[in-house]
Amino acid sequence: MSHKVIIPIGPYHPLQEEPELFRLYVEGEKVVDIDIVIGYMHRGIEELSEHKHFDQVAFLVERICGICSSSHPYAFVLAVEDILGGEVNVVPERALYIRTIIDELQRVHSHLLWLGLAGHFIGYNTVWMWAWKYREPVLDCFEMICGNRNHYGMSKIGGVRRDIRDEDIPVLKKALDDLTPAVDMFKGAVMDDPVIQARLKGIGVLTKQQAIDWAVVGPTARASGVNIDVRRDDPYGAYDRVNWNVIVEKDGDVFAKTTVRILELYESVNIIRQCLNKMPKGEIDANIKDVPPGEGIGRVEAPRGECFHYVRSDGTNRPIRHKIRAPSFMNVASNKVAAVGGTISDAAITLAAVDPCYCCTERLIVLDKRTDKKMMNGWDLIKLSQEKTEKLRKGTI
Amino acid sequence: MSIADEIKEKLKEKIVDWYQHSSRRIYFSVKPKDIKEVARFLFRELGLRFAIATGQDTPQGLEILYHFSFDKTGEIISARVLIEDKKNPEIDSLATMFPAAEWIEREMWELLGINFRGHPNLKRLLLAEEWPEGKYPLRHEHESR
Repeated sequence: MSHKVIIPIGPYHPLQEEPELFRLYVEGEKVVDIDIVIGYMHRGIEELSEHKHFDQVAFLVERICGICSSSHPYAFVLAVEDILGGEVNVVPERALYIRTIIDELQRVHSHLLWLGLAGHFIGYNTVWMWAWKYREPVLDCFEMICGNRNHYGMSKIGGVRRDIRDEDIPVLKKALDDLTPAVDMFKGAVMDDPVIQARLKGIGVLTKQQAIDWAVVGPTARASGVNIDVRRDDPYGAYDRVNWNVIVEKDGDVFAKTTVRILELYESVNIIRQCLNKMPKGEIDANIKDVPPGEGIGRVEAPRGECFHYVRSDGTNRPIRHKIRAPSFMNVASNKVAAVGGTISDAAITLAAVDPCYCCTERLIVLDKRTDKKMMNGWDLIKLSQEKTEKLRKGTI
Repeated sequence: MSIADEIKEKLKEKIVDWYQHSSRRIYFSVKPKDIKEVARFLFRELGLRFAIATGQDTPQGLEILYHFSFDKTGEIISARVLIEDKKNPEIDSLATMFPAAEWIEREMWELLGINFRGHPNLKRLLLAEEWPEGKYPLRHEHESR
């Protein structure tokens, strides 16, 4: 029998916002199987939600994720508004535009965050520093609109909690104008670089059929040629009132996932600009008091894909069932096929390519299965990944 | 022919109840024994995307809503089953047909205690190893509201 070693990545690792454990089964350099263990961050939010009244739930679900913190409350209020007769029939026009602007600003900061991390893990620390530098002004925009850099507290059943003031609009436009040349730079630095192409092309491939069978969503699906985007397919907010494109790539590798995210940055900037220009004056809240009995589904295209909320109401002020499905629930599971067959040095970037967020704590050890002896820590694995890029650059492999 | 008409025609013997909430939200009920055939038709023949399933504890029994998304029109078609036997709730697993159902069935198994027949890897997904056997957090009997 060949000598099989288990490499655990996680539960605490900087590639992941939520702690999760990937056990890579390797033979030599090759990953032959993978076991995914989640549950470290299970906080029972679905159950908690049944004990809060509808207004509180929006704040509760905002705490599910610090990066997609507009997507969850937005999907939840859409589900409740579905019971009430549909977002477009309930929510004032101006609020639709404000919701869209917040949702897109969130996508910009999230994609830049991922791009920086991806750059770091393959040894392009300049991309990392730049991406996070240009993400900062986006967070400043959030602070200006909602008073917070990350938890916005904007979504409310029937509208939004805060208006965008007229004097803030030129500031937002200026920020977008400054961002576009930065995105141009990333596009050139990442997509035209032969070393990055050699490093990311053909790595962590998820074929179109696999993407369908695993029902992945968002950039992970679009990079595999599955043309889906909730913003276009089941429009909400002001997405059907502005012009924009869905970015689809065919190859399904890490490079395609990177391309999709970079090109989506342009679309997001474009959407926000149009929204700022077209946003009508008027009310921002319909002052909904009661939620009738019924069931509703709301979904939002979060930066990582479709975020799905189902709410059932019995006419009281609390939901009797609130089902939440974040995009990573589908995407992370697909690593089972994407990472198998690759090498250890590619595992870090492959597992990160579905964008499972970021965590400040890290802990990773490589154990020899026979002796349980420590062989490698998290930093060693990143070093391994960076060394491979360096070798490619020098042309030694 | 719209996707709704196609489903109605093809599955007319299996559909117990049909409810269109709005232009893009459709719910229908089927018997638990038919779910595998219904899901196969929706996923494989019509090419709907499996979005997720919602399990819930109701006074009548344990209910599962299988949400399928038709991305060309933005419709969500939810197939509803009611498992009346709360003592030994059982239903066929869909994970054998498409792996996307694997995790959510594990989740419903541990949180609601529904046994999925034929599931390839029925073990805990979210709950800790030390969580007691036979206690299901999303069942309502354990609490006083």
